[in-house]
Amino acid sequence: MLNPRRVTLFCGHYGTGKTNIAVNYAFYLKRQLGKSVKIADMDIVNPYFRTKDSERELSEAGIELISPRYANTNVDLPALPAELYGLFEYTDSFAVLDIGGDDRGAYALGRFAPLILEENNFDNFYVANFYRPLTSTVEDTIEVMREIEAAGKIPFTGIVNNSNLGDETRPEDIIGKIPLADELAERCKIPVVMTAVKRDISGEIGRDDILPLDLQAKYY
Amino acid sequence: MAEKVLMKGNEAIAEAAIRAGCLHYFGYPITPQTELAAYMAKRMPKIEGGVFLQAESEIAAINMVYGVASTGKRVMTSSSSPGVSLKQEGISYIAGADLPALIVNVQRGGPGLGGIQPSQSDYFQATKGGGHGDYHLIVLTPASVQEMADLTGLAFDLADKYRMPAMLLADGTMGQMMEPVELPDSAPEMIAKPWAVTGTQMQRKHNIINSLYLVPEELEKTNFERYQRYAEVEKNEVRYEEYMMDDAEICVVAFGIAARVSRNAVVEARKQGIKAGLIRPITIWPFPKAAIAKAATHCKEIISVELSMGQMIEDIALASECKVPVTLCNRAGGMIPEPDQVFEAIKKAAGGNE
Repeated sequence: MLNPRRVTLFCGHYGTGKTNIAVNYAFYLKRQLGKSVKIADMDIVNPYFRTKDSERELSEAGIELISPRYANTNVDLPALPAELYGLFEYTDSFAVLDIGGDDRGAYALGRFAPLILEENNFDNFYVANFYRPLTSTVEDTIEVMREIEAAGKIPFTGIVNNSNLGDETRPEDIIGKIPLADELAERCKIPVVMTAVKRDISGEIGRDDILPLDLQAKYY
Repeated sequence: MAEKVLMKGNEAIAEAAIRAGCLHYFGYPITPQTELAAYMAKRMPKIEGGVFLQAESEIAAINMVYGVASTGKRVMTSSSSPGVSLKQEGISYIAGADLPALIVNVQRGGPGLGGIQPSQSDYFQATKGGGHGDYHLIVLTPASVQEMADLTGLAFDLADKYRMPAMLLADGTMGQMMEPVELPDSAPEMIAKPWAVTGTQMQRKHNIINSLYLVPEELEKTNFERYQRYAEVEKNEVRYEEYMMDDAEICVVAFGIAARVSRNAVVEARKQGIKAGLIRPITIWPFPKAAIAKAATHCKEIISVELSMGQMIEDIALASECKVPVTLCNRAGGMIPEPDQVFEAIKKAAGGNE
């Protein structure tokens, strides 16, 4: 599908599915490359539904999870683990970084931006979901992208089209938003690198950039 | 209806409130409800006449709600458990002044500062008054993101109709979960509010919004009149959903996230030949007493599934007049029961008399 850089960042408006994409992408990398893959939860915004929810599946797949000590506890602190520095000091593993939502979440990334830019072997993907009401247009999405770039200090290099309606997503829901993703890409002068689709309907979209999603949050 | 969108429960409440004609929001951030305030902060400035104000405290916010409600405008505040405790004095004043307003509680574990994980342990506070004095709130409990939106509009309508504050009692999971939702795109129907303080223009007698009565006989009279209105609410506005109750021998009662968990357990029980059913209260005040009483005539046990140490169970026991055993299946402090735990409780109840 693509030629992965050593570091892949997933940023976006909150609730666009960054965590879900990051976890599924880490699985994809591990399967495709068979090399060492680490995933880091850098979300300082979200209290529930975190990368840590997939701890068991990640561990079984041999993917190392770096997660704030207080994730999924009652300690509502925007604290990041020191182990994050290891991701950039030891460059023998692929790193997938799940960044918190909006510019507020991306501030945490700014701290590591000099290390990421210096190594210069990264992709910074914007996760777009045009079914989210505050980013349902190209215009609104670009505004959020600019805010995130200003906070995270790393330019976007690609777009992940994750337009979906959760469990109810039908193939036509995704296909219907492809023109918006293309327009966003053209306006930002970066490519659409992946179209994220639930595994069970991933064959019905007719594109060769599909990231099939196996893990989804469930609420009973 | 408009195109479906994907929203967090907290956002759905905010957008539904705006579409219900609520242009005034006052609040103070607290997890797991903050997205509601954040959404209002983004949307309100883009709407003509829209006001978003982050107050200096929850107490300030509820008193701002009291002020705007006096003018007859639709108004709301939102918080999570500890913040809603802070608002109780103001809620009592709003109830005492017979004003409509919406208060949203996206509950977290308690007591005290507790935690940030989901809970339903503010049931007593929401349904039994909460603040001082004799009063009630209309309390609605959503069990999906769609209902977070739908019940928000309904709460404003009911609050206006009966001149009393309404509460949306959700929990952290409902606030944080994301589901597709269809939002209403038609203009809300507003009723006349001849009692509102909007300036007399020297054309009419002035209106007074007040909860202080200097003569006890007068205060007693307002209390009796208010309770006549509450009786109307109890008669007209009970809402609940039944699932597989027609031939049920075991009745599960649960609302919000607990109802979603319980429904899975009921499905599993039916698969294994146990006649289980679910009553999901949508209003917990007024409480669906008649539905519970009816269940007590054909079920051999009623199980209350709650994210608390057992609060709704008292209303179930009263409504069923203790004709059958009422038992508790619960988690507390921010934990959610798994469908398995509820299924085991159903199995135990079914096996008891066999």
